[in-house]
Amino acid sequence: MDDVKAGIRRYIEDNFIMGARQVALGDADSFLEHHVLDSTGFLELIAYLEQAHGIKVEDDEMLPENLDSLDNVAQFLARKRAA
Amino acid sequence: MLLHHNFELAARRLPDKLALVSGTQRLSYRELQQQVHTLAQTLRSDGVVASDRVLVLLENSVEFAVALHAVLALGATFVPVSPMAKPDKLRFIAADAQARALLTHAQLATTWTPLIEQAAGAIVCRVAGDLAKLAPRPQVRAWPSAETSAETIDATCTEEDLAALIYTSGTTGVPKGVMLSHRNLVSARASVQAYMGMREDDVIGLALPAAFSYGLSNLLLGLGLGATVVLDRWAAFPVKLLETLQRERVTVFPGVPTLFGAVLELQNLARFDLSAIRLITNAAAALPEQHLHRLRAAFPKASVFSMYGLTECVRASYLPPEQLDEHPGSVGRGMPHQEHWLVDDEGLRLPDGSTGELVLRGPHVMRGYWNRPAETAERLRPGPLAGEHVLHTGDLFRSDAQGWLYFVARRDDIIKSRGEKVAPREVENVIHELDAVTACAVVGVADPALGEAVKAYVTLRPGSAVVPRDIVKHCLARLESYMVPKWVEIVDELPRTESGKIRHASLR
Repeated sequence: MDDVKAGIRRYIEDNFIMGARQVALGDADSFLEHHVLDSTGFLELIAYLEQAHGIKVEDDEMLPENLDSLDNVAQFLARKRAA
Repeated sequence: MLLHHNFELAARRLPDKLALVSGTQRLSYRELQQQVHTLAQTLRSDGVVASDRVLVLLENSVEFAVALHAVLALGATFVPVSPMAKPDKLRFIAADAQARALLTHAQLATTWTPLIEQAAGAIVCRVAGDLAKLAPRPQVRAWPSAETSAETIDATCTEEDLAALIYTSGTTGVPKGVMLSHRNLVSARASVQAYMGMREDDVIGLALPAAFSYGLSNLLLGLGLGATVVLDRWAAFPVKLLETLQRERVTVFPGVPTLFGAVLELQNLARFDLSAIRLITNAAAALPEQHLHRLRAAFPKASVFSMYGLTECVRASYLPPEQLDEHPGSVGRGMPHQEHWLVDDEGLRLPDGSTGELVLRGPHVMRGYWNRPAETAERLRPGPLAGEHVLHTGDLFRSDAQGWLYFVARRDDIIKSRGEKVAPREVENVIHELDAVTACAVVGVADPALGEAVKAYVTLRPGSAVVPRDIVKHCLARLESYMVPKWVEIVDELPRTESGKIRHASLR
Protein backbone atom coordinates (compact mmCIF):
# COMPACT_ATOMS: atom_id res chain seq x y z
CA MET A 1 0.00 0.00 0.00
CA ASP A 2 2.82 2.41 0.92
CA ASP A 3 4.68 1.71 -2.31
CA VAL A 4 1.53 2.32 -4.29
CA LYS A 5 0.85 5.60 -2.46
CA ALA A 6 4.45 6.71 -2.90
CA GLY A 7 4.24 6.02 -6.62
CA ILE A 8 1.06 8.03 -7.05
CA ARG A 9 2.41 10.85 -4.91
CA ARG A 10 5.50 10.96 -7.11
CA TYR A 11 3.37 11.00 -10.30
CA ILE A 12 1.26 13.86 -8.96
CA GLU A 13 4.25 15.82 -7.75
CA ASP A 14 5.98 15.33 -11.09
CA ASN A 15 3.02 16.38 -13.16
CA PHE A 16 0.81 18.63 -11.12
CA ILE A 17 2.25 20.08 -7.96
CA MET A 18 2.65 23.80 -8.39
CA GLY A 19 6.31 24.13 -9.27
CA ALA A 20 8.04 26.51 -6.96
CA ARG A 21 5.40 26.57 -4.27
CA GLN A 22 5.95 24.33 -1.27
CA VAL A 23 2.62 22.59 -1.03
CA ALA A 24 2.62 19.93 1.65
CA LEU A 25 0.05 17.44 0.48
CA GLY A 26 -1.25 15.11 3.17
CA ASP A 27 -2.33 11.56 2.36
CA ALA A 28 -5.93 12.41 3.14
CA ASP A 29 -6.00 15.87 1.54
CA SER A 30 -8.53 16.43 -1.22
CA PHE A 31 -6.81 17.14 -4.55
CA LEU A 32 -9.80 19.27 -5.59
CA GLU A 33 -9.94 21.38 -2.47
CA HIS A 34 -6.20 21.94 -2.47
CA HIS A 35 -6.28 22.83 -6.16
CA VAL A 36 -3.79 20.12 -7.05
CA LEU A 37 -6.02 18.63 -9.74
CA ASP A 38 -8.87 20.08 -11.75
CA SER A 39 -11.30 18.31 -14.10
CA THR A 40 -8.68 17.77 -16.79
CA GLY A 41 -6.15 16.72 -14.17
CA PHE A 42 -8.42 13.93 -12.93
CA LEU A 43 -8.79 12.59 -16.47
CA GLU A 44 -5.01 12.49 -16.77
CA LEU A 45 -4.72 10.78 -13.39
CA ILE A 46 -7.23 8.16 -14.51
CA ALA A 47 -5.29 7.57 -17.73
CA TYR A 48 -2.11 7.16 -15.68
CA LEU A 49 -3.72 4.72 -13.21
CA GLU A 50 -5.17 2.63 -16.04
CA GLN A 51 -1.85 2.49 -17.79
CA ALA A 52 0.47 2.07 -14.82
CA HIS A 53 -1.72 -0.37 -12.85
CA GLY A 54 -3.46 -2.23 -15.66
CA ILE A 55 -6.98 -1.43 -14.50
CA LYS A 56 -10.05 0.08 -16.14
CA VAL A 57 -11.83 2.88 -14.31
CA GLU A 58 -15.57 2.63 -15.00
CA ASP A 59 -17.87 5.66 -15.21
CA ASP A 60 -19.46 4.73 -11.89
CA GLU A 61 -16.05 4.67 -10.26
CA MET A 62 -15.12 8.22 -11.28
CA LEU A 63 -15.95 9.52 -7.84
CA PRO A 64 -14.11 11.62 -5.27
CA GLU A 65 -14.32 8.66 -2.86
CA ASN A 66 -12.06 6.73 -5.25
CA LEU A 67 -9.88 9.46 -6.69
CA ASP A 68 -9.79 12.59 -4.59
CA SER A 69 -6.86 11.94 -2.26
CA LEU A 70 -3.79 9.70 -2.04
CA ASP A 71 -5.52 7.50 0.54
CA ASN A 72 -8.64 7.20 -1.62
CA VAL A 73 -6.68 6.32 -4.75
CA ALA A 74 -4.56 3.71 -2.93
CA GLN A 75 -7.64 2.07 -1.40
CA PHE A 76 -9.42 2.15 -4.75
CA LEU A 77 -6.48 0.45 -6.47
CA ALA A 78 -6.30 -2.20 -3.75
CA ARG A 79 -10.01 -2.98 -4.22
CA LYS A 80 -9.62 -3.15 -8.01
CA ARG A 81 -6.68 -5.54 -7.76
CA ALA A 82 -8.44 -7.76 -5.25
CA ALA A 83 -11.51 -8.00 -7.50
CA MET B 1 -33.71 49.53 -10.03
CA LEU B 2 -30.52 48.15 -8.52
CA LEU B 3 -29.30 44.65 -9.31
CA HIS B 4 -30.02 43.10 -5.91
CA HIS B 5 -33.53 44.52 -5.53
CA ASN B 6 -35.09 41.53 -7.29
CA PHE B 7 -33.48 39.22 -4.75
CA GLU B 8 -34.78 41.33 -1.86
CA LEU B 9 -38.27 41.30 -3.40
CA ALA B 10 -38.12 37.53 -3.92
CA ALA B 11 -37.05 37.05 -0.30
CA ARG B 12 -39.97 39.17 0.90
CA ARG B 13 -42.44 37.30 -1.31
CA LEU B 14 -41.12 33.76 -0.73
CA PRO B 15 -39.27 33.69 2.60
CA ASP B 16 -39.66 29.94 3.12
CA LYS B 17 -38.88 28.92 -0.46
CA LEU B 18 -35.68 26.95 -1.00
CA ALA B 19 -33.21 29.46 -2.48
CA LEU B 20 -29.86 27.68 -2.45
CA VAL B 21 -28.50 24.15 -2.30
CA SER B 22 -24.76 23.66 -1.91
CA GLY B 23 -23.44 20.27 -0.81
CA THR B 24 -25.44 19.42 2.29
CA GLN B 25 -26.49 23.02 2.91
CA ARG B 26 -30.04 24.07 2.05
CA LEU B 27 -31.11 27.67 2.62
CA SER B 28 -34.46 29.35 2.35
CA TYR B 29 -34.72 32.86 0.96
CA ARG B 30 -35.15 34.18 4.50
CA GLU B 31 -32.03 32.38 5.73
CA LEU B 32 -30.02 33.56 2.73
CA GLN B 33 -31.25 37.12 3.19
CA GLN B 34 -30.27 37.07 6.88
CA GLN B 35 -26.75 36.00 5.94
CA VAL B 36 -26.60 38.72 3.30
CA HIS B 37 -27.71 41.45 5.71
CA THR B 38 -25.33 40.21 8.42
CA LEU B 39 -22.36 40.25 6.08
CA ALA B 40 -23.31 43.67 4.68
CA GLN B 41 -23.55 45.14 8.19
CA THR B 42 -20.24 43.50 9.12
CA LEU B 43 -18.47 44.89 6.06
CA ARG B 44 -19.83 48.32 6.80
CA SER B 45 -18.48 48.19 10.34
CA ASP B 46 -15.17 47.00 8.82
CA GLY B 47 -15.10 50.34 6.99
CA VAL B 48 -16.31 49.30 3.54
CA VAL B 49 -18.35 52.05 1.91
CA ALA B 50 -20.33 52.46 -1.29
CA SER B 51 -18.17 52.32 -4.46
CA ASP B 52 -15.38 50.45 -2.66
CA ARG B 53 -14.13 47.44 -4.60
CA VAL B 54 -14.55 44.15 -2.78
CA LEU B 55 -12.65 41.11 -4.04
CA VAL B 56 -14.52 37.82 -3.84
CA LEU B 57 -12.30 34.73 -4.09
CA LEU B 58 -14.66 31.80 -3.54
CA GLU B 59 -15.74 28.51 -5.06
CA ASN B 60 -19.39 28.01 -6.01
CA SER B 61 -20.83 28.05 -2.49
CA VAL B 62 -23.35 29.62 -0.16
CA GLU B 63 -20.68 32.16 0.76
CA PHE B 64 -20.38 33.23 -2.87
CA ALA B 65 -24.10 33.98 -3.17
CA VAL B 66 -24.06 35.78 0.20
CA ALA B 67 -20.96 37.80 -0.71
CA LEU B 68 -22.45 38.86 -4.04
CA HIS B 69 -25.65 40.25 -2.56
CA ALA B 70 -23.98 41.75 0.52
CA VAL B 71 -21.51 43.74 -1.58
CA LEU B 72 -24.34 44.96 -3.83
CA ALA B 73 -26.47 45.89 -0.81
CA LEU B 74 -23.66 48.19 0.37
CA GLY B 75 -23.48 49.91 -2.99
CA ALA B 76 -19.94 48.56 -3.29
CA THR B 77 -18.43 46.96 -6.39
CA PHE B 78 -18.25 43.18 -6.63
CA VAL B 79 -14.91 41.94 -8.02
CA PRO B 80 -15.00 38.17 -8.53
CA VAL B 81 -11.68 36.36 -8.81
CA SER B 82 -11.59 32.77 -10.03
CA PRO B 83 -10.71 30.36 -7.20
CA MET B 84 -8.26 28.86 -9.71
CA ALA B 85 -6.24 32.09 -9.78
CA LYS B 86 -2.70 31.93 -8.49
CA PRO B 87 -1.36 34.39 -5.88
CA ASP B 88 0.16 36.83 -8.36
CA LYS B 89 -3.08 37.16 -10.33
CA LEU B 90 -4.97 37.97 -7.13
CA ARG B 91 -2.34 40.51 -6.16
CA PHE B 92 -2.49 42.10 -9.60
CA ILE B 93 -6.27 42.44 -9.51
CA ALA B 94 -6.23 43.74 -5.94
CA ALA B 95 -3.73 46.46 -6.87
CA ASP B 96 -5.36 47.33 -10.18
CA ALA B 97 -8.81 47.63 -8.63
CA GLN B 98 -7.47 49.23 -5.45
CA ALA B 99 -9.53 46.76 -3.51
CA ARG B 100 -10.69 47.64 -0.01
CA ALA B 101 -11.76 44.19 1.12
CA LEU B 102 -11.46 40.49 0.36
CA LEU B 103 -14.12 37.86 0.98
CA THR B 104 -12.68 34.37 0.78
CA HIS B 105 -12.28 30.93 2.37
CA ALA B 106 -9.65 29.33 4.60
CA GLN B 107 -9.11 26.58 2.01
CA LEU B 108 -7.79 29.17 -0.42
CA ALA B 109 -5.20 30.51 2.05
CA THR B 110 -2.23 29.68 -0.20
CA THR B 111 -3.75 32.01 -2.79
CA TRP B 112 -4.62 35.00 -0.59
CA THR B 113 -1.99 34.93 2.18
CA PRO B 114 0.72 36.65 0.08
CA LEU B 115 -1.69 39.47 -0.77
CA ILE B 116 -2.78 40.04 2.83
CA GLU B 117 0.79 39.94 4.11
CA GLN B 118 1.78 42.53 1.56
CA ALA B 119 -1.32 44.70 2.02
CA ALA B 120 -0.47 45.18 5.73
CA GLY B 121 -3.93 46.22 6.83
CA ALA B 122 -5.04 48.16 3.76
CA ILE B 123 -7.31 45.30 2.75
CA VAL B 124 -9.78 43.95 5.28
CA CYS B 125 -10.37 40.25 4.95
CA ARG B 126 -13.36 38.12 5.99
CA VAL B 127 -12.63 34.40 5.77
CA ALA B 128 -15.15 31.59 5.80
CA GLY B 129 -14.33 28.09 6.99
CA ASP B 130 -11.95 26.96 9.71
CA LEU B 131 -9.37 29.60 10.57
CA ALA B 132 -7.71 27.43 13.22
CA LYS B 133 -4.77 26.41 11.04
CA LEU B 134 -4.10 29.90 9.76
CA ALA B 135 -1.52 32.22 11.30
CA PRO B 136 -3.50 34.91 13.13
CA ARG B 137 -3.40 38.34 11.54
CA PRO B 138 -5.40 41.37 12.73
CA GLN B 139 -6.93 42.10 9.34
CA VAL B 140 -7.97 38.47 8.78
CA ARG B 141 -11.35 38.13 10.44
CA ALA B 142 -13.87 35.34 10.61
CA TRP B 143 -16.94 35.26 8.41
CA PRO B 144 -19.80 36.49 10.60
CA SER B 145 -22.50 34.07 11.75
CA ALA B 146 -25.97 35.00 10.57
CA GLU B 147 -27.91 37.30 12.84
CA THR B 148 -31.64 37.07 12.44
CA SER B 149 -32.03 40.69 13.43
CA ALA B 150 -29.58 42.14 10.92
CA GLU B 151 -31.27 44.93 9.00
CA THR B 152 -31.14 45.80 5.33
CA ILE B 153 -28.77 48.46 4.23
CA ASP B 154 -30.11 50.83 1.63
CA ALA B 155 -27.33 51.25 -0.87
CA THR B 156 -26.69 54.90 -1.63
CA CYS B 157 -25.91 54.46 -5.26
CA THR B 158 -27.58 54.89 -8.61
CA GLU B 159 -28.13 52.61 -11.59
CA GLU B 160 -25.05 54.10 -13.24
CA ASP B 161 -22.75 53.08 -10.42
CA LEU B 162 -20.68 49.94 -10.75
CA ALA B 163 -22.22 46.71 -9.56
CA ALA B 164 -19.29 44.59 -10.71
CA LEU B 165 -15.77 44.76 -12.04
CA ILE B 166 -15.04 41.52 -13.88
CA TYR B 167 -11.48 40.91 -15.01
CA THR B 168 -10.97 39.42 -18.44
CA SER B 169 -7.90 38.40 -20.40
CA GLY B 170 -6.69 40.64 -23.20
CA THR B 171 -4.19 40.33 -26.01
CA THR B 172 -1.57 42.32 -24.11
CA GLY B 173 -1.51 39.52 -21.56
CA VAL B 174 -2.56 41.88 -18.78
CA PRO B 175 -6.11 41.35 -17.46
CA LYS B 176 -8.55 44.26 -17.70
CA GLY B 177 -11.50 44.99 -15.43
CA VAL B 178 -14.83 45.21 -17.27
CA MET B 179 -16.93 47.87 -15.56
CA LEU B 180 -20.56 46.77 -15.35
CA SER B 181 -23.07 49.13 -13.80
CA HIS B 182 -26.32 48.15 -12.10
CA ARG B 183 -28.07 49.28 -15.26
CA ASN B 184 -25.83 47.10 -17.46
CA LEU B 185 -26.52 43.97 -15.42
CA VAL B 186 -30.21 44.65 -14.80
CA SER B 187 -30.89 45.15 -18.50
CA ALA B 188 -28.77 42.14 -19.53
CA ARG B 189 -30.75 40.05 -17.08
CA ALA B 190 -34.04 41.37 -18.45
CA SER B 191 -32.99 40.58 -22.02
CA VAL B 192 -32.02 37.03 -21.10
CA GLN B 193 -35.23 36.50 -19.18
CA ALA B 194 -37.25 37.83 -22.11
CA TYR B 195 -35.99 35.09 -24.43
CA MET B 196 -35.35 32.25 -22.01
CA GLY B 197 -38.48 32.46 -19.88
CA MET B 198 -37.00 31.09 -16.65
CA ARG B 199 -39.68 30.56 -14.01
CA GLU B 200 -39.99 30.84 -10.25
CA ASP B 201 -40.45 27.08 -10.04
CA ASP B 202 -37.24 26.38 -11.95
CA VAL B 203 -34.25 24.69 -10.32
CA ILE B 204 -30.95 25.82 -11.86
CA GLY B 205 -28.08 23.33 -11.68
CA LEU B 206 -25.01 25.56 -11.71
CA ALA B 207 -21.77 23.64 -12.23
CA LEU B 208 -20.29 26.57 -14.10
CA PRO B 209 -18.00 28.84 -12.07
CA ALA B 210 -20.05 31.73 -10.63
CA ALA B 211 -16.88 33.86 -10.75
CA PHE B 212 -17.24 34.21 -14.53
CA SER B 213 -19.99 36.24 -16.16
CA TYR B 214 -21.93 33.28 -17.62
CA GLY B 215 -22.26 31.51 -14.27
CA LEU B 216 -22.74 34.79 -12.42
CA SER B 217 -25.64 35.82 -14.64
CA ASN B 218 -27.38 32.50 -13.99
CA LEU B 219 -27.00 32.99 -10.25
CA LEU B 220 -28.35 36.55 -10.42
CA LEU B 221 -31.24 35.54 -12.65
CA GLY B 222 -32.24 32.56 -10.52
CA LEU B 223 -32.11 34.30 -7.15
CA GLY B 224 -33.73 37.39 -8.65
CA LEU B 225 -36.74 35.33 -9.76
CA GLY B 226 -37.33 33.37 -6.58
CA ALA B 227 -36.13 30.17 -8.23
CA THR B 228 -33.87 27.57 -6.59
CA VAL B 229 -30.18 27.52 -7.44
CA VAL B 230 -28.18 24.34 -6.86
CA LEU B 231 -24.49 25.20 -6.69
CA ASP B 232 -22.25 22.38 -7.76
CA ARG B 233 -18.50 22.01 -7.86
CA TRP B 234 -18.38 18.56 -9.35
CA ALA B 235 -17.54 19.44 -12.93
CA ALA B 236 -14.47 17.25 -12.34
CA PHE B 237 -16.72 14.28 -11.50
CA PRO B 238 -19.57 14.19 -14.00
CA VAL B 239 -21.19 11.22 -12.24
CA LYS B 240 -21.54 13.28 -9.05
CA LEU B 241 -22.90 16.18 -11.04
CA LEU B 242 -25.57 14.01 -12.64
CA GLU B 243 -26.49 12.55 -9.26
CA THR B 244 -27.07 16.12 -8.07
CA LEU B 245 -29.08 17.03 -11.17
CA GLN B 246 -31.24 13.95 -10.62
CA ARG B 247 -31.67 14.32 -6.86
CA GLU B 248 -32.63 17.98 -6.97
CA ARG B 249 -34.84 17.56 -10.07
CA VAL B 250 -32.89 20.31 -11.81
CA THR B 251 -34.86 21.96 -14.63
CA VAL B 252 -32.27 24.35 -16.08
CA PHE B 253 -28.76 23.18 -16.98
CA PRO B 254 -26.33 25.81 -18.29
CA GLY B 255 -23.06 24.51 -19.66
CA VAL B 256 -20.14 24.88 -22.05
CA PRO B 257 -19.09 22.33 -24.70
CA THR B 258 -16.38 20.80 -22.48
CA LEU B 259 -18.86 20.11 -19.69
CA PHE B 260 -21.49 18.72 -22.06
CA GLY B 261 -18.80 16.57 -23.67
CA ALA B 262 -17.81 15.10 -20.30
CA VAL B 263 -21.46 14.32 -19.49
CA LEU B 264 -22.14 12.80 -22.90
CA GLU B 265 -19.02 10.59 -22.63
CA LEU B 266 -20.50 8.66 -19.73
CA GLN B 267 -21.48 5.12 -20.66
CA ASN B 268 -24.14 5.03 -17.95
CA LEU B 269 -25.81 8.36 -18.78
CA ALA B 270 -29.13 6.63 -19.47
CA ARG B 271 -29.47 5.35 -15.91
CA PHE B 272 -29.89 8.87 -14.54
CA ASP B 273 -33.39 10.30 -14.44
CA LEU B 274 -32.82 13.77 -15.86
CA SER B 275 -36.33 14.13 -17.24
CA ALA B 276 -36.91 17.30 -15.20
CA ILE B 277 -34.41 19.22 -17.34
CA ARG B 278 -36.43 21.51 -19.59
CA LEU B 279 -33.76 24.09 -20.54
CA ILE B 280 -30.17 23.55 -21.58
CA THR B 281 -28.03 26.54 -22.48
CA ASN B 282 -24.64 26.68 -24.15
CA ALA B 283 -22.28 29.64 -24.34
CA ALA B 284 -18.57 30.53 -24.16
CA ALA B 285 -17.70 28.42 -27.19
CA ALA B 286 -19.53 27.03 -30.19
CA LEU B 287 -21.34 23.76 -29.58
CA PRO B 288 -20.08 21.26 -32.16
CA GLU B 289 -22.94 19.80 -34.20
CA GLN B 290 -22.15 16.28 -32.95
CA HIS B 291 -22.53 17.44 -29.32
CA LEU B 292 -25.78 19.15 -30.25
CA HIS B 293 -27.26 15.98 -31.76
CA ARG B 294 -26.21 13.87 -28.80
CA LEU B 295 -27.51 16.46 -26.29
CA ARG B 296 -30.91 16.56 -27.96
CA ALA B 297 -31.00 12.76 -28.05
CA ALA B 298 -30.01 12.45 -24.39
CA PHE B 299 -32.46 15.18 -23.26
CA PRO B 300 -35.39 14.92 -25.66
CA LYS B 301 -37.68 17.01 -23.47
CA ALA B 302 -35.25 19.91 -23.12
CA SER B 303 -35.03 23.05 -25.23
CA VAL B 304 -31.42 23.77 -26.14
CA PHE B 305 -30.34 27.39 -26.37
CA SER B 306 -27.17 28.06 -28.31
CA MET B 307 -25.96 31.47 -27.18
CA TYR B 308 -23.15 33.96 -27.62
CA GLY B 309 -22.00 36.63 -25.25
CA LEU B 310 -18.98 38.39 -23.86
CA THR B 311 -18.11 39.78 -20.44
CA GLU B 312 -18.25 43.30 -21.90
CA CYS B 313 -22.05 43.08 -22.21
CA VAL B 314 -22.88 39.72 -20.57
CA ARG B 315 -24.89 38.28 -23.48
CA ALA B 316 -25.55 39.26 -27.09
CA SER B 317 -27.35 36.59 -29.03
CA TYR B 318 -29.37 33.39 -28.71
CA LEU B 319 -30.76 30.89 -31.19
CA PRO B 320 -34.43 30.11 -30.58
CA PRO B 321 -34.50 26.33 -29.94
CA GLU B 322 -37.06 25.78 -32.66
CA GLN B 323 -34.52 27.10 -35.19
CA LEU B 324 -31.89 24.46 -34.37
CA ASP B 325 -32.76 22.24 -37.32
CA GLU B 326 -32.87 25.10 -39.82
CA HIS B 327 -29.81 26.98 -38.60
CA PRO B 328 -27.77 24.47 -36.59
CA GLY B 329 -24.49 26.37 -36.34
CA SER B 330 -26.00 29.80 -35.74
CA VAL B 331 -26.04 31.77 -32.48
CA GLY B 332 -29.19 33.56 -33.55
CA ARG B 333 -30.13 37.09 -34.47
CA GLY B 334 -29.25 39.07 -31.39
CA MET B 335 -31.52 39.41 -28.36
CA PRO B 336 -34.23 41.73 -26.96
CA HIS B 337 -33.35 45.35 -26.06
CA GLN B 338 -30.26 45.30 -28.24
CA GLU B 339 -29.32 46.47 -31.70
CA HIS B 340 -26.51 44.78 -33.58
CA TRP B 341 -24.79 44.93 -36.94
CA LEU B 342 -21.61 43.84 -38.72
CA VAL B 343 -18.88 46.24 -39.80
CA ASP B 344 -15.93 46.00 -42.18
CA ASP B 345 -12.34 46.98 -41.37
CA GLU B 346 -13.21 50.65 -41.81
CA GLY B 347 -16.10 50.42 -39.39
CA LEU B 348 -18.79 50.72 -42.08
CA ARG B 349 -22.06 48.84 -41.64
CA LEU B 350 -22.45 45.76 -43.81
CA PRO B 351 -25.69 44.33 -45.22
CA ASP B 352 -27.02 40.84 -44.42
CA GLY B 353 -25.04 38.15 -46.17
CA SER B 354 -21.66 39.67 -45.25
CA THR B 355 -18.80 38.79 -42.91
CA GLY B 356 -17.53 41.38 -40.48
CA GLU B 357 -17.01 42.37 -36.85
CA LEU B 358 -20.11 42.26 -34.66
CA VAL B 359 -21.04 45.59 -33.08
CA LEU B 360 -23.59 45.84 -30.26
CA ARG B 361 -25.73 48.71 -29.01
CA GLY B 362 -27.86 48.70 -25.88
CA PRO B 363 -28.11 49.43 -22.16
CA HIS B 364 -26.13 46.28 -21.31
CA VAL B 365 -22.91 47.52 -22.94
CA MET B 366 -20.14 47.99 -20.34
CA ARG B 367 -19.05 51.39 -19.07
CA GLY B 368 -15.49 50.62 -20.17
CA TYR B 369 -12.31 48.99 -18.88
CA TRP B 370 -11.22 50.13 -15.42
CA ASN B 371 -8.35 52.63 -15.75
CA ARG B 372 -7.63 51.64 -19.34
CA PRO B 373 -8.68 54.53 -21.54
CA ALA B 374 -6.78 53.30 -24.62
CA GLU B 375 -8.24 49.79 -24.55
CA THR B 376 -11.66 51.25 -23.78
CA ALA B 377 -11.45 53.56 -26.79
CA GLU B 378 -10.62 50.55 -28.98
CA ARG B 379 -13.78 48.68 -28.02
CA LEU B 380 -16.27 51.44 -27.19
CA ARG B 381 -16.74 53.70 -30.17
CA PRO B 382 -19.16 56.61 -30.64
CA GLY B 383 -22.68 55.47 -31.47
CA PRO B 384 -25.45 57.08 -33.50
CA LEU B 385 -26.59 59.36 -30.64
CA ALA B 386 -24.40 62.07 -29.13
CA GLY B 387 -22.51 60.79 -26.12
CA GLU B 388 -23.37 57.14 -26.56
CA HIS B 389 -21.02 54.28 -27.22
CA VAL B 390 -21.36 51.02 -29.05
CA LEU B 391 -19.34 47.87 -28.38
CA HIS B 392 -17.00 46.45 -30.99
CA THR B 393 -16.93 42.81 -29.91
CA GLY B 394 -13.68 41.81 -31.59
CA ASP B 395 -15.50 38.77 -32.98
CA LEU B 396 -16.04 38.11 -36.68
CA PHE B 397 -19.43 36.82 -37.74
CA ARG B 398 -21.04 35.86 -41.00
CA SER B 399 -24.71 36.65 -41.47
CA ASP B 400 -26.94 34.91 -43.98
CA ALA B 401 -29.62 36.56 -46.09
CA GLN B 402 -32.08 36.60 -43.15
CA GLY B 403 -29.52 37.91 -40.70
CA TRP B 404 -28.81 34.65 -38.83
CA LEU B 405 -25.35 34.99 -37.29
CA TYR B 406 -22.55 32.42 -37.54
CA PHE B 407 -19.34 32.83 -35.53
CA VAL B 408 -16.28 32.89 -37.78
CA ALA B 409 -13.23 33.79 -35.68
CA ARG B 410 -11.86 36.26 -33.17
CA ARG B 411 -10.14 39.32 -34.63
CA ASP B 412 -7.37 38.93 -32.09
CA ASP B 413 -5.43 35.85 -31.10
CA ILE B 414 -7.29 34.98 -27.90
CA ILE B 415 -7.60 31.20 -27.46
CA LYS B 416 -10.81 29.66 -26.10
CA SER B 417 -9.99 26.52 -24.16
CA ARG B 418 -12.68 24.76 -22.10
CA GLY B 419 -14.78 27.85 -22.79
CA GLU B 420 -12.26 30.08 -21.02
CA LYS B 421 -10.25 32.90 -22.58
CA VAL B 422 -6.52 32.38 -22.74
CA ALA B 423 -4.30 35.23 -23.89
CA PRO B 424 -1.23 33.81 -25.66
CA ARG B 425 0.80 36.78 -24.47
CA GLU B 426 -0.04 36.08 -20.84
CA VAL B 427 1.20 32.48 -21.17
CA GLU B 428 4.26 33.56 -23.16
CA ASN B 429 5.17 36.11 -20.48
CA VAL B 430 5.10 33.38 -17.87
CA ILE B 431 7.16 30.95 -19.95
CA HIS B 432 9.71 33.71 -20.56
CA GLU B 433 10.34 33.85 -16.82
CA LEU B 434 12.35 30.67 -17.24
CA ASP B 435 15.96 31.57 -17.75
CA ALA B 436 16.54 28.82 -20.27
CA VAL B 437 13.83 30.08 -22.65
CA THR B 438 15.08 32.26 -25.47
CA ALA B 439 11.82 32.61 -27.38
CA CYS B 440 8.32 31.24 -27.25
CA ALA B 441 5.04 31.43 -29.12
CA VAL B 442 1.71 30.21 -27.78
CA VAL B 443 -1.14 29.26 -30.12
CA GLY B 444 -4.45 27.43 -29.97
CA VAL B 445 -4.78 24.07 -31.72
CA ALA B 446 -8.05 22.24 -32.33
CA ASP B 447 -8.96 19.76 -29.59
CA PRO B 448 -12.08 17.57 -29.53
CA ALA B 449 -12.73 17.89 -25.79
CA LEU B 450 -11.36 21.36 -25.05
CA GLY B 451 -12.42 23.21 -28.20
CA GLU B 452 -8.91 24.58 -28.47
CA ALA B 453 -5.87 23.33 -26.61
CA VAL B 454 -3.05 25.66 -25.61
CA LYS B 455 0.23 24.84 -27.32
CA ALA B 456 3.59 26.45 -26.70
CA TYR B 457 6.52 26.40 -29.09
CA VAL B 458 9.73 27.14 -27.24
CA THR B 459 13.38 27.69 -28.12
CA LEU B 460 15.98 27.09 -25.42
CA ARG B 461 19.47 28.23 -24.60
CA PRO B 462 22.03 25.78 -26.02
CA GLY B 463 22.89 23.06 -23.54
CA SER B 464 19.73 23.59 -21.49
CA ALA B 465 18.28 20.47 -19.84
CA VAL B 466 14.75 21.88 -19.66
CA VAL B 467 12.06 19.47 -20.87
CA PRO B 468 8.41 20.21 -21.76
CA ARG B 469 7.19 18.92 -18.40
CA ASP B 470 9.33 21.54 -16.60
CA ILE B 471 7.65 24.26 -18.62
CA VAL B 472 4.19 22.87 -17.85
CA LYS B 473 4.96 22.69 -14.12
CA HIS B 474 6.27 26.25 -14.16
CA CYS B 475 3.05 27.40 -15.84
CA LEU B 476 0.94 25.45 -13.33
CA ALA B 477 2.52 27.44 -10.51
CA ARG B 478 1.80 30.78 -12.16
CA LEU B 479 -1.37 30.46 -14.22
CA GLU B 480 -4.93 29.23 -13.92
CA SER B 481 -5.01 25.57 -14.93
CA TYR B 482 -6.99 26.13 -18.14
CA MET B 483 -4.23 28.48 -19.37
CA VAL B 484 -1.47 25.92 -18.90
CA PRO B 485 -0.23 24.50 -22.21
CA LYS B 486 -1.46 21.01 -22.99
CA TRP B 487 1.34 20.70 -25.54
CA VAL B 488 4.86 22.05 -25.34
CA GLU B 489 7.14 21.61 -28.31
CA ILE B 490 10.79 22.51 -28.08
CA VAL B 491 12.00 23.69 -31.48
CA ASP B 492 15.21 25.00 -32.97
CA GLU B 493 13.66 28.23 -34.10
CA LEU B 494 10.34 30.00 -34.46
CA PRO B 495 9.07 31.25 -37.82
CA ARG B 496 9.64 34.97 -38.07
CA THR B 497 8.63 37.82 -40.36
CA GLU B 498 11.22 39.89 -42.19
CA SER B 499 11.25 42.41 -39.38
CA GLY B 500 11.99 39.65 -36.88
CA LYS B 501 8.56 39.30 -35.26
CA ILE B 502 7.34 35.82 -34.51
CA ARG B 503 4.81 34.69 -37.07
CA HIS B 504 2.11 33.07 -34.90
CA ALA B 505 -0.10 32.34 -37.88
CA SER B 506 2.46 29.90 -39.30
CA LEU B 507 2.39 27.83 -36.14
CA ARG B 508 -1.25 26.82 -35.92
